[in-house]
Amino acid sequence: MANILELKKVSKSFDNELVLDELDLEIRENTFLTLLGPSGCGKTTTLRIIGGFIKPDTGVVLFEGNDITDLPPNKRQLNTVFQKYALFPHMNVSENIAYGLKISGKSKQYIQDKINYALKLVNMDDYGKRDVAQLSGGQQQRIAIARAIVNEPKVLLLDEPLGALDLKLRQDMQYELIRLKNELGITFIYVTHDQEEALTMSDTIVVMNQGYIQQMGTPENIYNEPENAFVATFIGDSNIIDGVMVRDRLVKICDVNFPCIDEGFGQNKPVDVVIRPEDVVLDEPGRGQMDGVVTHLIFQGVHYEMEVMAGGFEWLVQDTVMQPVGKEVSLRVDPENIQIMNKPASEDEEAIVVDV
Amino acid sequence: MKKVGKFIYIGLIFLFLYLPIFTLVILSFNDSKNPSSIWKGFTLRWFEEIFSRSEWMEALINTFVIGILAAGIATVVGVAACVGIMALSRRQRIWMLQLTNIPMVNAEIVTAISLMLAFAMFGISLSRGTILFAHICFCLPYVILNVLPKLRQTGTLAYDAARDLGAGPLKAFFSVVLPDIMPGVATGFLMSFTMSVDDFVITHFTRPSGINTLSTLIYSQQKVGIRTSLCALSTLIFLIVLLVLLVRMFVMNRAAADKTLKGGT
Amino acid sequence: MFKKKSLAGPYMAFILCGTIIPLLAVLYFALVDKNGSLTFANLASIADPIHLKALGLSLLLAFICTVICLLLAFPLGLMLRKSGGNKGFVIFLLILPMWMNFLLRTIAWKILLQKNGFINMILTSLGLGELDILNTPTAVVLGLVYDFLPFMILPIYNVMIKIDNSLVEAAYDLGATPFKVVKDVILPMSMPGIISGITMTFVPAMTTFAISEILGGNRILLIGNIIELEFLHGGSRNVGSGLSMVMMVFILISMALLNKFDKNGEGTVV
Repeated sequence: MANILELKKVSKSFDNELVLDELDLEIRENTFLTLLGPSGCGKTTTLRIIGGFIKPDTGVVLFEGNDITDLPPNKRQLNTVFQKYALFPHMNVSENIAYGLKISGKSKQYIQDKINYALKLVNMDDYGKRDVAQLSGGQQQRIAIARAIVNEPKVLLLDEPLGALDLKLRQDMQYELIRLKNELGITFIYVTHDQEEALTMSDTIVVMNQGYIQQMGTPENIYNEPENAFVATFIGDSNIIDGVMVRDRLVKICDVNFPCIDEGFGQNKPVDVVIRPEDVVLDEPGRGQMDGVVTHLIFQGVHYEMEVMAGGFEWLVQDTVMQPVGKEVSLRVDPENIQIMNKPASEDEEAIVVDV
Repeated sequence: MKKVGKFIYIGLIFLFLYLPIFTLVILSFNDSKNPSSIWKGFTLRWFEEIFSRSEWMEALINTFVIGILAAGIATVVGVAACVGIMALSRRQRIWMLQLTNIPMVNAEIVTAISLMLAFAMFGISLSRGTILFAHICFCLPYVILNVLPKLRQTGTLAYDAARDLGAGPLKAFFSVVLPDIMPGVATGFLMSFTMSVDDFVITHFTRPSGINTLSTLIYSQQKVGIRTSLCALSTLIFLIVLLVLLVRMFVMNRAAADKTLKGGT
Repeated sequence: MFKKKSLAGPYMAFILCGTIIPLLAVLYFALVDKNGSLTFANLASIADPIHLKALGLSLLLAFICTVICLLLAFPLGLMLRKSGGNKGFVIFLLILPMWMNFLLRTIAWKILLQKNGFINMILTSLGLGELDILNTPTAVVLGLVYDFLPFMILPIYNVMIKIDNSLVEAAYDLGATPFKVVKDVILPMSMPGIISGITMTFVPAMTTFAISEILGGNRILLIGNIIELEFLHGGSRNVGSGLSMVMMVFILISMALLNKFDKNGEGTVV
């Protein structure tokens, strides 16, 4: 597959504050790519640079290999779904959807057909004559999507489109978006700070923080093998523990040696160890790799969340079996569930300020 | 290039708005009775003339006394009216607002002659009182239109809560509702005061001869011929307006800052 | 919350005595002669050539003034909107001249435009000849534009800066050129501001008597000047009332046209 979009060494600062620092990004055709990160990480700026609403200070944007860095948004073959929908309040639903087609001078019949097609696609068949102000948030969002896709863009940019919707609606819309993406067969670039949304919908996730790409990969990849502490904390809950790589396949955590499957970190090297809370197995004292005491317990529906004090570290544990507070337990982690990460070499690389 | 053009356009518009005022200010220091004459040297005597002539002082006092009374009475009557209007049915309320709008959209000269005719019809001879009454009438809509939206925002909850906690109706109003609608009340009062002080047309028709506000005195003076003292008066008024607006901007900025402070977490 | 309708009582009294009865008084005086018997002569006196000319001139000058103000204010609003800037400060700069007494501001132009005034001083020193427009309709229009321009700018600016920028971006995104963005999005969405700007400019411009008196000398008679003469300088109150009623009718017609235009304007967006 070819790259439909490429960002090369793109930097941007606002009021002398660097928001993007020499960002490189390649986006394959027909993927659902999500830019994920906390507010202020540069994800929206990246999207707006792709959309043409902001010019980068340095660097280039390539669209199908052509430099579009200086092209205004009205000349770009991509369309945007805005955070707060941005439907024109003085036009009705059909007029909103027709706007882009009218600009490009399509025939009346074509426009009418497209409106009908788009309304059907977003499950809003009979809403053509409605005033946009009468629509609910979710409906407005569907119309905003319809308005963008009738222009047959090769790339659809979505800027936190579900941010204003309530939880249930958000989940429904997630499935809708996946369906739409598959039906249309175009590239979606999606911006969100919601990691669950990103994991559910994306083919590729780009985790960003402080203007840098922290990690890029499939959802499974990002979740199971976070490359640094920021990604590990930002995606899901996790235990991030100081450890020492004794040698290949053996890491010392809290003075206990744990077998693992990572290699190539050298010998006696300090590392960060990531263990997902659902991967910590609790058992009777003495049976696991180390012993501890349950200090907190919360019921969370699908499982119990517990904190276990063991080896001087408070372990976050999720399990369907409840262990009461004060109970002595042991804990064990399978080798393949231990993820080893290099300690950040510099402050810049660290970038682990999480403010969500 | 585009930016330069934009800058020039904005600059020219503001130059157009301010050049005449600045000309007046400069000319007010010109030592010549005729303001349009060439520069004859610096003087402050036109300011002295304004302050030494009793007609100007009287007009000044009339203007401010009428302004404060009109704005004050309109504010009290208007705030009470807003509370009353809240108790009206939707339909009645729409009617009231339509009536409130009449003086706002009506041509000033028509409002002026209508009041003049009404006074004549009921045999009320023109006096400072008729001017005051007329001013209250055209100030009231400004109070209503500034206070009513605030009162609606505040809604019944705070008032009901205060009553629930044992406050009497008056106590509840003054301790809970009034502080909440205070920005609207203050704006209404200030706008009323400004409108009153600035008014010419309505005063022109509802004043007896011999009683002047600043506006009517300016009008009759310029008919006789423009003296440089009018420029001096302009300078004074400009300075006062500047001061008032600066204070207002400062207060509003402070209020906005307070709000964001309170709003932030 | 408040169950006291009676609190609106004093205000009702003010509306009754200060608005309704006076307006009925105008109607009454317009429809009777000096002796109190019914007549249409007061209304018909608009047909007097002097009155008719004054009414026509008022409509014309007010129209020209409104158009100029709109043409100046709309691009200014666009530019101020785009440049962002400190909203409070811009409004401050616009309100400041508005709060200056309008008579003094008009007098300033009289001083500036005089034969040996400041403007001519500059023009002659540049070798451009003299400008002699004082006491002509041109001077009156200039004064009207000067006095009422802020009343056009302010509502337009207020509406324009509230337009969500993502709507503008959405239009660009859908392929609109900058011109189309203004025509399809900003203009229709600014309509409420434009309408109130036109109202706040046209009505006072059409009914003024002070500006025409100061800058037009005694040569320019607008309908407002005629009415003022009838009421305060030995004319007939009845004729003055009659002319006022006719003037009101013309204002109402103008406003109705404006509203119709507004609806058409909205229709053309589609």
